[in-house]
Amino acid sequence: MNNEQILGLATGIIFGFLLQKGSVLRFDKQVGAMLFNDMTIFKFMLSAIIVGMTGIYAMHDFGLITLSHKTMNIGGLVAGGILFGIGWAVAGYCPGTAVGAVAEGRWHAIWVIAGMLVGAALYAELYPFYKRTILAVHDMGKVSLPELIGVNHWIVMAAFTFISLIMFIIFEKRKI
Amino acid sequence: MAKGSEGGSWSPYLAGGLAGLLAIVSVYATTLVMGKSAYLGTSTTFVRAAGMIENTFAPSHVSSNEYFKKEKVKMDWQFMLVIGIFGGALIGALTGKSFKLESVPPTWSSSFGSSILKRAAWAFLGGVIAMMGARLADGCPSGNGLSGLMQLSASGFLALAMFYGAGVVTAHFLYTGKGGGKKKGGSDDE
Repeated sequence: MNNEQILGLATGIIFGFLLQKGSVLRFDKQVGAMLFNDMTIFKFMLSAIIVGMTGIYAMHDFGLITLSHKTMNIGGLVAGGILFGIGWAVAGYCPGTAVGAVAEGRWHAIWVIAGMLVGAALYAELYPFYKRTILAVHDMGKVSLPELIGVNHWIVMAAFTFISLIMFIIFEKRKI
Repeated sequence: MAKGSEGGSWSPYLAGGLAGLLAIVSVYATTLVMGKSAYLGTSTTFVRAAGMIENTFAPSHVSSNEYFKKEKVKMDWQFMLVIGIFGGALIGALTGKSFKLESVPPTWSSSFGSSILKRAAWAFLGGVIAMMGARLADGCPSGNGLSGLMQLSASGFLALAMFYGAGVVTAHFLYTGKGGGKKKGGSDDE
């Protein structure tokens, strides 16, 4: 293994450990968020985002790292987002959590992983078609929300954090 | 069913916050080691893994495929990250004594019964659809959701809204009403 691979493996082990400790690797938690009766995955994700974005933008503003936005391809994001959402509700897992779920003994997630591998292979075959159609609809490029709406990123982060905290209060009040 | 307290689990706020710290350290570490800032993500690895499997019986097909050429079929940083997730989750489950062999998820069986074959078929289909969608959207909830929002990427916000919106509609269609999937609090209001 080279350094890049060792770093990836170590990062993954800690990430998998935290996903497991946060109980987000469960079908019932994933689907529970969609049914509004268990918001565990939102508590985990929003907490991670609030901490992560603060550090990442601080490092970015000091020139220590570079941002790597995914392109704002409207056709791909809308069509792909809807497809993913449907599949996510049926499968009960996203790609990363399916892998972790098997490690927790929830071996039924292996079917999801098998489906995802076939889905990836199928996508590779259909890519030239998607490139001419859905992905060709409208691409706004690699842009951040603050750039798009013309507001300083720290203001957007403060608003994001404030809204998240209100959501946390609602989750805890409703015990979901 | 008790939430949050079973099997040595931590508060999701704590585990999530630590995952945020991990993301910060990881972005900095990859910048130092690889000379390029890399963000947590998983779904591209499924493309590479599919390419590796196809490579065993149709190598020329893989090497001529435009998408495999674009994403490069190799064991890179993210590939090892996904393998690591398995290891880390295993360590967490064993140390917290929450490892449990489960053949059908409870929420699923309360609506659709406990047939392993039926669950396998639907889970497979769900996986195919989810991955096609994730690739079209150029990322899953880790890449587009976590890493996208940490960078305030416009694409991350749109992707997560679409993922969750379609998930909510589909889940309500699948798991409520029929055979009384668990109905607990607030499924009628926003």
